[in-house]
Amino acid sequence: MAQAAQKPNGKHTAEASKDELFQYYRDMLLIRRFEERAGQLYGMGLIGGFCHLYIGQEAVVVGMQAALRDGDQVITAYRDHGHMLAAGMSANGVMAELTGRRDGYSKGKGGSMHMFSIEKAFYGGHGIVGAQVSLGTGIAFSNKYRKDGKVCLTYFGDGAANQGQVYESFNMASLWKLPVVYIIENNQYAMGTAIQRSSSETHLYKRGISFNIPGEEVDGMDVVAVREAGRRAVERARAGEGPYLLEMKTYRYRGHSMSDPAKYRTKEEVEAMKTKHDPIEHVKKLLIDAGYASEEELKNIDRDIRAVVTDSAEFAQKSPEPDPSELLTDVYIEA
Amino acid sequence: MTQILMPALSPTMEEGNLAKWHVKVGDAIEPGQVIAEIETDKATMEVEAVDEGTVTALLVEEGAQGVKVNTPIAVLDDGSARAATPPPLAGEVRAKRGEGGRPLSQPATRPDSSPARGGASSATDPEVPAGVQMVKITVRDALRDAMAEEMRRDPDVFLMGEEVAQYQGAYKVSRDLLQEFGPERVVDTPITEHGFAGLGVGAAMSGLKPIVEFMTWNFAMQAIDHIINSAAKTLYMSGGQIKSSIVFRGPNGAAARVAAQHSQDYSSWYSHVPGLIVIAPYDAADAKGLLKAAIRNPNPVVFLEHEMLYGQEFEIPDVKDWVVPIGKAKVRREGGDVTITAHSRMVGLALKAAEQLANEGIEAEVVDLRTLRPLDTATIVESVKKTSRLVTVEEGWGQNGIGAEVAARVVAEAFDYLDAPPARVHQVDAPLAYAANLEALALPSVEKIVDAVKAVTYRS
Repeated sequence: MAQAAQKPNGKHTAEASKDELFQYYRDMLLIRRFEERAGQLYGMGLIGGFCHLYIGQEAVVVGMQAALRDGDQVITAYRDHGHMLAAGMSANGVMAELTGRRDGYSKGKGGSMHMFSIEKAFYGGHGIVGAQVSLGTGIAFSNKYRKDGKVCLTYFGDGAANQGQVYESFNMASLWKLPVVYIIENNQYAMGTAIQRSSSETHLYKRGISFNIPGEEVDGMDVVAVREAGRRAVERARAGEGPYLLEMKTYRYRGHSMSDPAKYRTKEEVEAMKTKHDPIEHVKKLLIDAGYASEEELKNIDRDIRAVVTDSAEFAQKSPEPDPSELLTDVYIEA
Repeated sequence: MTQILMPALSPTMEEGNLAKWHVKVGDAIEPGQVIAEIETDKATMEVEAVDEGTVTALLVEEGAQGVKVNTPIAVLDDGSARAATPPPLAGEVRAKRGEGGRPLSQPATRPDSSPARGGASSATDPEVPAGVQMVKITVRDALRDAMAEEMRRDPDVFLMGEEVAQYQGAYKVSRDLLQEFGPERVVDTPITEHGFAGLGVGAAMSGLKPIVEFMTWNFAMQAIDHIINSAAKTLYMSGGQIKSSIVFRGPNGAAARVAAQHSQDYSSWYSHVPGLIVIAPYDAADAKGLLKAAIRNPNPVVFLEHEMLYGQEFEIPDVKDWVVPIGKAKVRREGGDVTITAHSRMVGLALKAAEQLANEGIEAEVVDLRTLRPLDTATIVESVKKTSRLVTVEEGWGQNGIGAEVAARVVAEAFDYLDAPPARVHQVDAPLAYAANLEALALPSVEKIVDAVKAVTYRS
C-alpha cells in the first residue's frame, strides 16, 4: 500500500491540445495582469493591509483547476487571488474586495486574505498559516460522509508544511481515506526563510510517507505537468483510495507581501527564474512552436485581458464602501 | 485483620455498586487477585487485592447499590492480630492511569443499562407546560439523549472526538450512540485536538453539523485557533457566505484533585468572542434542552459541561421534544434581598447558600445565567432592581471574568438601584492546587457565597 514518494520522471511527455493551451495561456495571463494591477493599486493606497501576490506561481492553480470536475472544492491560505480567478470567480468581485468595497466577495469585510465563493466551491482564503489544511480535510470528510464523489484540493506553502496540524490532518485523511489532494506550493521561501533553513527534509513530497500518503514532486512552472499530476491525484482520491500529496516546485517573483523587499535572495536568482522558467512564456513558446498561434494573436489575447483587469480596477474603485449598517451584520445567523 | 475498603475508581467517584464478589468467606487470596467487580455510572471495573490472607467476612452484599467510597466491604485475616486501621485503600483497582493525564475511567466492558427513571411528579417550573410529568435523569444521560434525538432528526448531525465511539465516551456521555448510529456518524478520532477541531469546522463550512467532543475543555487549548479564527470569524469575514453550524462540547472547570492543567474554567475566554454562542447549563433539563437548541443553531456553539454534574440526577419534563431557548437566564429561586448570579456547577452552590441564608432571614434570588453569550442582561438587571444587591459566582478566576462582566452591566444599567457595591465570588488568583485543602481554599464554596451576601447586605 505504501507507495514510495517519487521524484518526477524527467521531462514530461504529456500533451495538451491547442484549445487547452490557449485556455491555460489566458487563465495564467489573467492572474499575472490582475496581480500586477493589484500591486499598482496597493502602491496608490487603494488596497490596504496585507497583500500577497501570486506572480510566478500561475501554472500551479491553472493546471490543478484543469484536473477538477464541477463541484470539486478548493481551499488555500492567504496568497489566494490566483486560486480565486482560476476557480472562475470574477475579477471585479475579487478586486472590489481588495479595495474593501461593498461589491467585493466578502462585502469588504474580509480583504485580500479572506474571500469565498460557495457558488464556485472556493472555501477561502485563510489567514492563519496551516489552518486551511485541517479545514480542507474537513471538507473532504463532508464529501465522504455524503458520498457525493467530490474531491477537495487543499493548498499550502512550504512554510505551512512545518505546522503540526498539517500532520494531524494527514493522519486522519489517510486513516479515513478522505478524498483530499494536498498541494504544497513550494516557492522555496517561507516569508524570508529559505527552505533549507526551515526544513530538516527539504523534499516536501516525502512528508506524507509516514502516513502512507504517496507524494510526487512536480515542475510547478509547467502547467501541463501540473495538470497531469493533478489528474492522477484527483482521480485516486475520487476513487476512494485516499489522499495524495503533490509538491509543486514553483517560485514567487515578488516579495512575500507588498512590504517585503525580498533581500533574502539575489536579483540574479529571481532574474534566472523569470527568464528561464516563466510559466506563461513556457506556454507561449508551446503555442508558437506548434504553429497554434502567432505573436499577433497572443498580443490580442493580452490586450483583451488587460481590458478585463482595467475594468475590474475601475469597478473596484467605483464600488462604494460598505454601508455602516454592515458593521454588525454577519456576526451571527438568526436562528 | 485488615479491612478492605470501597475504592474510588476515578477522581470524581463518590459511590458505586458492588456488582459481584469473586471471593467468599474462607477463601485464601493473594495480591493481584480479582476479588470483586464494581460499577459506577461510567464503567464496570475489577478490584484487586493488595494484601494476602483469608477472607473472614464480606461486609457488603453482592448487588449493593450506592456504596460510598472508603466504606469497609470485606475483612481479611492477614495474620496480624492488630485491629484494622481504615486509611487508604486496601483494595486497588486494576486501572492504569490514562496517559497524559487523560481521565481514569476504564474500558466499560458492560455499559450500564438505561438510566434510572422514576419518581415522577408534576411540573411546577413555568418553562414546563402544565400537567407534564417529570422524570429523573442524570445530566450525563440528558446530554446523551439530546445528541441521540438530534441525530435521529437530522442526518447531517454527527459526533466526533476521542473515545466517543467504541469506548462509549471517556465520561460515558456518548453511551450507545455508536450502536445506534454506526461508525460513520460516531467517529473516534486520534488524540489530535487541533486537527480534529479544524476538520470539524471544515465539515461545518461545507454543510454538515458536527458535534465535536473535547475530552475536557482543557485539551481544547490546542484547538482554540479553529474555534475562534475559523469557526467564530468566518461568517463575518465571508460577508455572510460561510456558515459553521457546529457544537464544541465537553466538561469544563475543576473536577476533583486533577490540578491546574486539568481544572480550568473557560467561561470567560470564549464569552469574549463575537460569533460564538456560549452555554453552560446546570441541571439535566437545561443540559438536554440547551444542547438540542445548540445542535439546531446555525452558529458555532461552545457548550461547557461539568464533570461533577454528570452523575447528578434531576427532574426533567417528560415531553417528546424538550428544547430550551438560548440566551435566556432562569430565576431558580426568588428572593428580595440579594441577587446571586451563577452558571454551571456554581448554581448548586448558590442554591445551597440561599437556603442557609433563608434560615438567617436573608432571601436571595438565584439567577442561573445558562447562556453566557449572548448574556441575558435584562433578567439580571430586573432582579437587581428588585433586590438592590448583587453577588456574582463563578468557578474561574476573577479578572476579566463573567462576574466582572455582570457587575459592569448592572452598574451601567441599574446604578441608581444598588445599595452596595457588587461582590464577586470566584477562584483565587492562582493555578488550582492538587492538595485537597488548597483546592478547597481556592474554589468558590457555599460559605464564601454566604459571606459575600452578608457583606453586601451589611450583615457580617
